[in-house]
Amino acid sequence: MATSAPGANRPLSPHLQVYRMLFTMLMSIVHRITGAALYFGTLLMVIWLLAAASGPDAYNAVTDLYGSFLGRLVLFGFTWALMHHMLGGIRHFIWDTGRGLDKVGRNFLARATLIGSVSLTLLLWIIGYAVR
Amino acid sequence: MANMRTPLSRVRGLGSAKEGTDHFWRQRVTALANVPLILFFIVMVIGLQGASHAEFVSVMGSPLAAILMLLVIISGTIHMRLGMQVIIEDYIHNELTKILALLGNTFFAIIIAAASIYAILKMSFGG
Ligand code: HEM
Repeated sequence: MATSAPGANRPLSPHLQVYRMLFTMLMSIVHRITGAALYFGTLLMVIWLLAAASGPDAYNAVTDLYGSFLGRLVLFGFTWALMHHMLGGIRHFIWDTGRGLDKVGRNFLARATLIGSVSLTLLLWIIGYAVR
Repeated sequence: MANMRTPLSRVRGLGSAKEGTDHFWRQRVTALANVPLILFFIVMVIGLQGASHAEFVSVMGSPLAAILMLLVIISGTIHMRLGMQVIIEDYIHNELTKILALLGNTFFAIIIAAASIYAILKMSFGG
């Protein structure tokens, strides 16, 4: 491979910390973090389902725990992670069609993802409290 | 750059990992399926707040809810396993640690799926 001679004028990547964090970069890593959080969050779903399957005592213990203040706080975070990751995924679908990759599109989609996830989370919790 | 690929490898189009676009594609298919399934899941969770145990079991065990929940679990666990695989491959470079982490990822996803499916079927079939 003739072009890989030493000293060829190839672009050099600075160290990762040298980059100024852009909003789009932040949204990209948040998609990964929410994905990983949801991964471990599936434990909450399994515990809930297994408790219900094993009888009223276990079921009541788990719903009390999940309904406690701390439990609700965790579930609120879970809801946001789910909404944010879902919208982030839809953003990936848009990119997969070749759209929204230019500067304006990227920034718009990054903003829309965050605003959308916060709004949807609040909306779901308002509905949740309203129908209780 | 000189082309190092053999004609056969180009025809197969499977690349160096020998999987082609399979991983990417399965991640997208499950992601797409997840959108309606997760929305169903959230609506159901909201609807089940404060339900008694008997109410919970009768809703979760009903055919429609049980089948949709099984789909949530299957699509979700396949998707999260593929996703975590990429995260592990990106950050863990020691070969042994990586293989152990990948195995752990597979086991975790399968255990989550098996336990959830068991719970749903138990409620469904009235065990
Ligand atoms: C609600 C619908 C969902 C959609 C639309 C969605 C979409 C996506 C997409 C498109 C990717 C690939 C991102 C990429 O190529 O860089 C991805 C990655 C991932 N997803 Fe999801 N997902 C959803 C739900 C979930 C759930 C419920 C979980 C976990 C239980 C999950 C866990 C993950 C993980 C761990 C990754 C890897 C993240 C990364 O590589 O940065 N996803 N998701």
